[in-house]
Amino acid sequence: MSRSALTGSRIRERRSMVGMRQADLARTVGISASYLNLIEHNRRRIGGKLLMDIAGALEIEPAALSEGAEAHLVARLREAAAEGGKRIEIERVDEFAGRFPGWAELVVEKQRRIAALERTVEVLTDRLTHDPFLSAALHDILTAVASIRSTSSILVETPELEPEWRGRFQRNINEDSQRLSEASRSLVGYLDGVDDIDASTTSPQEELEAFLASFDFYFPELENAAQDTDVQSILAGSELLRSSSARALAEGHLIQYLRDATLVPLARLRSALASHGLEPAALAGHLGVDLPLLFRRLAALPKELEYGPIGLVVCDASGTLIFRKQIEGFPLPRFGAACPLWPLFRALSQPMLPMQVDLAQAGRSAGHFRSYSIAQPVGEISFGKSMRFEASMLVIPDDPAVESNQEQVGVSCRVCPSATCGARREPSILAEGF
Amino acid sequence: MGKRVLLIEDEPNIIEAISFILSRDGWEVDTHANGIDAVDKVKAREPDLVILDVMLPGRSGFDILRELRDHPPTANLPVLMLTARGQTKDKETAAALGVSRFMTKPFSNAEVLESVRVLASGVEAQHG
Repeated sequence: MSRSALTGSRIRERRSMVGMRQADLARTVGISASYLNLIEHNRRRIGGKLLMDIAGALEIEPAALSEGAEAHLVARLREAAAEGGKRIEIERVDEFAGRFPGWAELVVEKQRRIAALERTVEVLTDRLTHDPFLSAALHDILTAVASIRSTSSILVETPELEPEWRGRFQRNINEDSQRLSEASRSLVGYLDGVDDIDASTTSPQEELEAFLASFDFYFPELENAAQDTDVQSILAGSELLRSSSARALAEGHLIQYLRDATLVPLARLRSALASHGLEPAALAGHLGVDLPLLFRRLAALPKELEYGPIGLVVCDASGTLIFRKQIEGFPLPRFGAACPLWPLFRALSQPMLPMQVDLAQAGRSAGHFRSYSIAQPVGEISFGKSMRFEASMLVIPDDPAVESNQEQVGVSCRVCPSATCGARREPSILAEGF
Repeated sequence: MGKRVLLIEDEPNIIEAISFILSRDGWEVDTHANGIDAVDKVKAREPDLVILDVMLPGRSGFDILRELRDHPPTANLPVLMLTARGQTKDKETAAALGVSRFMTKPFSNAEVLESVRVLASGVEAQHG
């Protein structure tokens, strides 16, 4: 049954919700109760003035009764169903959302909650596995404990120990216990920040990411400015840049932003987008700029232009991610190496070759994306010097209903469910089905 | 003269403790505290057994082990690896590289002594 065919069900739901009797509503809008009854059981089509009158009587937008109220809900239910196995009656999703909106909302909410928890698990696992601070702190603690254990055993198990040795080992235990205290305190302080995963940053790169995310990656002050003072005033106003390294990274990013905005002003970009849509090759040709610069400008589009989420990831020639703008459904690893199947890395082996690849994320999130990648030399080019390359990959959500040859990729091996992937570096923490 | 052990470890207090227990057990203990020239040290001293930390300044214990195994005179040298990293992946890496035994910190003195005795006696199957 289509969504519009369920208008009657929605009228009945709404009427019950506001506590109005069927006869009272019928009288208000000038129809018989039996006719309204037929409408409410979806046995008579309804539209036009009568729908407007009923909506007015029920104090609700007509569109909410006719069509659009649960369009978003239905889309979310479809997403949930896509991950739920084969036994779901997907053809009756409209009916489910129309007849049981409360239950449908609950399913969607639970699905959203599960996705958020999975993301938390991924972040924490990524941190436990690759976080350099945590790794160093645990190493310090275990080393101090090992030394104390070994030394104290000697003191206890060697009664004939010479006073000189005894004194030396006692001093060692004292030193190691102090070290253990400091390392433990430091670790506890660090773990206190884990509650707020998004806010707990540990590296300059993460500080930069949090700083840029707080501005939605868009800096209106730099769009029409040509002075370095604007960069400095933005930096001065941010509390998210705690370390000098992060501040230096942010300064470099904003200076590049300013340069990019001078070459491709927002007004020109908007005009080009109006002509070509979100087609990077056409846009770059129209604007006369290279793709990496265009990618950066697209990733810095203000939200109000409504081109939807645009993700960007940049890596250097070692494959290390040096810029990350994440979008929903396409998470980027915080510490460890990313999925080697990303076209971003393939681009490194084929410099200057633009790649357009449709991607499907493995696992529960199972999002569909269109990616555009290219690797280009950066820095000065001169004879006799080797060139430095960086690769950029723009990621845009794609319509899952559109048929295309999608390549399945993951986030990183640790949190990827693709058991048979030939590119796997290490086992996944995910059991079957998480 | 007892058998010689080369302890490659950068934590001074652990060096002191392990050296003490091995010396009391009759071993001649030589120590080295960085990874950069650890392989040269092994080649120069020709110990009967090496105790090797994984996280060393300059070079990881895994790299050192790999080079020892690639060098015919040390390809079968007993190597006891000590590490604060007890992850499965590290154990697998060490095994793939041909470690003789792998021990995670914190260890007991008795465990270290027993491992050294077994490895040096050749009772335990060594690399390969």
